[in-house]
Amino acid sequence: MNVPTSYLIGLSGVLFGMGVLGVLVRRNAIVMFMSVELMLNAANLALITFARQWADVEGQIFVFFIIGVAAAEVAVGLALIVAIFKSKHSIDVDQVSGLRG
Amino acid sequence: MTIDQVIFFGLAAVAVWTAACMLLSGNSVYSALFLVLNFMTVAVFFLLLHAAFIALMQVTVYAGAIMVLFLFVIMLLGAERLETRPSLPWQAPVAVALTVLLLGLMALALLQAPQAASPPVVGPAFGSPTAVGDLLFSEYVLPFEVTSLLLLVAMVGAIVLTRRPKRPEAP
Repeated sequence: MNVPTSYLIGLSGVLFGMGVLGVLVRRNAIVMFMSVELMLNAANLALITFARQWADVEGQIFVFFIIGVAAAEVAVGLALIVAIFKSKHSIDVDQVSGLRG
Repeated sequence: MTIDQVIFFGLAAVAVWTAACMLLSGNSVYSALFLVLNFMTVAVFFLLLHAAFIALMQVTVYAGAIMVLFLFVIMLLGAERLETRPSLPWQAPVAVALTVLLLGLMALALLQAPQAASPPVVGPAFGSPTAVGDLLFSEYVLPFEVTSLLLLVAMVGAIVLTRRPKRPEAP
């Protein structure tokens, strides 16, 4: 695909911004978590784009590790959400205010 | 407009549309399915950027394993329609304003950056499983093994977190 690198970086930035918006606006913990995945994915797109720009495979290795760590993060995060749901019967993040001062 | 630009803008429109639907959908299952579509679109971008191995990993690990885990948890909790009431009325407008500010800053940085030279031509070997595997198992073998340890720790952690609390001892 022969488009300027800046187009792809722009798309990556837009996707990242939408992920930020999702984390800030939605109160449903699972949708917030999916927005975090969207942000990680936007960063992956930027890394792959720069790997192509510099014709260097190391950028792709980075994405490999990011996907591996994201898998671990999702496993622990969803386990936390399940644990919170068991005690609060809600996944509204505003309900988790037990430590509020 | 060249054919490449048509492909790029078509795929970019699909990616942004699915992300927007993911954010706006009231049903978590629809959100997860839109996110799968978004990951698939990004995987096509990876393919077009000569990252074949990473594209297939994106499809199998991200769109496959991770999103199935999300769907499983949504359905396990029966949380499809648990919509929440906004507790802070000013939160959404402030969040939108901050996001627009962030996007504006990123656009400014992008416009001020020097125009990059067009990327060099690469052969079909670039980004193939062979090339990625060669580098992964020579220079990056230690991080690779640490990742496997991290996945093991995450698995044990997930099991411990969702385990039933022990019943009190019978007298």
